[in-house]
Amino acid sequence: MTALIRRVLILLVRFLVGARADWRGCAPSTAQRIYFANHGSHLDTVAVMAALPWPVRRLTHPVAARDYWGRNAVLRWIAETGLRAVLIDRKPVRGEDPLGPAAAVLERGRSILIFPEGTRGSGEEMGPFRGGLHRIAARFPEVELIPVHLDNLQRILPKGSLLIVPITCTARFGAPIRLEEGEDRGAFLRRARQSVLDLVA
Amino acid sequence: MNGPLLHVVATILTILVVASVAGFVLARRAGDEKARATIHNLNARTRSWWVMVAVLGGAIWAGATTTILLFALLSFTALREFWTLTPARRGDQLALFLSFFVVLPIHFALLLDGWYGLASIFIPVYAFLILPALTTLSGDAKDFLARSAKVQWGLMLCVYSVSHAPALLLLDTGTPSSLLLVYLIVVVQLSDVFQYVWGKLIGKRRFAPGISPSKTLEGLIGGGLTAIAIGVLLHGLTPFSPLEAAGVSAVIVTAGFFGGFVLSAIKRDLGAKDWGYVIEGHGGVLDRVDSLTFAAPLFFHITRYFWTV
Repeated sequence: MTALIRRVLILLVRFLVGARADWRGCAPSTAQRIYFANHGSHLDTVAVMAALPWPVRRLTHPVAARDYWGRNAVLRWIAETGLRAVLIDRKPVRGEDPLGPAAAVLERGRSILIFPEGTRGSGEEMGPFRGGLHRIAARFPEVELIPVHLDNLQRILPKGSLLIVPITCTARFGAPIRLEEGEDRGAFLRRARQSVLDLVA
Repeated sequence: MNGPLLHVVATILTILVVASVAGFVLARRAGDEKARATIHNLNARTRSWWVMVAVLGGAIWAGATTTILLFALLSFTALREFWTLTPARRGDQLALFLSFFVVLPIHFALLLDGWYGLASIFIPVYAFLILPALTTLSGDAKDFLARSAKVQWGLMLCVYSVSHAPALLLLDTGTPSSLLLVYLIVVVQLSDVFQYVWGKLIGKRRFAPGISPSKTLEGLIGGGLTAIAIGVLLHGLTPFSPLEAAGVSAVIVTAGFFGGFVLSAIKRDLGAKDWGYVIEGHGGVLDRVDSLTFAAPLFFHITRYFWTV
């Protein structure tokens, strides 16, 4: 039953936002990976998940903000059961790693999808990446980091709008990057952000 | 199945089999890189034709409701392709949402209901007035005229014009109306196919390089004449005499040319090569129905005016 609902959910997303995958720099693979994408709207999590082929999707857990996806029972169910998401607190208790639950998923050998901007930018410009991606990369140096660029999401569902315009969203998957030996945090985050920007059209 | 329809089905299947076999042989022989790319695209097109023939043929065979719903889905996809390439502003969000989820469903529901009078004015009168009116509520006047025109043109091409093809099913000409639809689609699409074939074989003079670089004068004339000849041969599907069929086919073919050109011109204006990606080898739905956007309304009105009982 859950499998059927998941399938219907993915079909609905594909119908609404196209969710086309464009494998630019790597091929779809069930190998453990960390996908990181630009944040365009609340639809971005579902758009990337719908773009992934099923064998990859079932091993990939999107990391989503609890303050949005945990807001009510329906959203929470869609996130946790429908999308296999791990919910995190964007404003955690002091001393706790907000990405702790995501690291736990990686420990189990699964892939994750994260949005390093942390919050949706207001305009077309992509925001700076937060430190979480660097912490994860340092802790799991053997896992490939795959940049993902989502286009058109701001047009499909702009911030503050409830109306969806069902134009095509393409998810572009770039070449893997890794944290280099001796690379500092800022340089790595800028390079990661640039690898997503390089995928624009 | 009546005689002429059986011929059409047999001919289409024969053409597809011949094209598939020819593509297979050519792929083995292709020498250089460029030839291989052309053959690869040709084979992708043929494969897609098998799917398109099966889907459309199945829908027409299943009946009017299925056919109208299939065209509603094609319109939805075409409109999505149109707006994926066409820029819009935040203030257009409501008009675009309504285009997809209210105007398009109502228009096709009117066709399902057989309410021709309202279906023929709903988009060009009511949607065209109401959508810009609602857009003013966003308070954004920047490029308002151009933005309104884009909203209207998108609906006109992708929804209203295309829908005249399934609307043929509403006509009572004394012959089965589904055969009129088969006739229109076969003549329009074969005109495109033979333009491509003649263009590849003997094409030299570019017709309009600024708009559609691959179209040649030889392709246009050869493809057009071949399609008209096919239109005459297939007159048994329609209430037309052979001579009338030649005239009607000439109109379909000419309108089809310009449908293709206008959609190409919009594509060039938007800086794209293809409208979409859903049909392998062809591009998007809008790349495949471009000639239909102009041919369908003309064919519908000619048939309705001169041949309905």
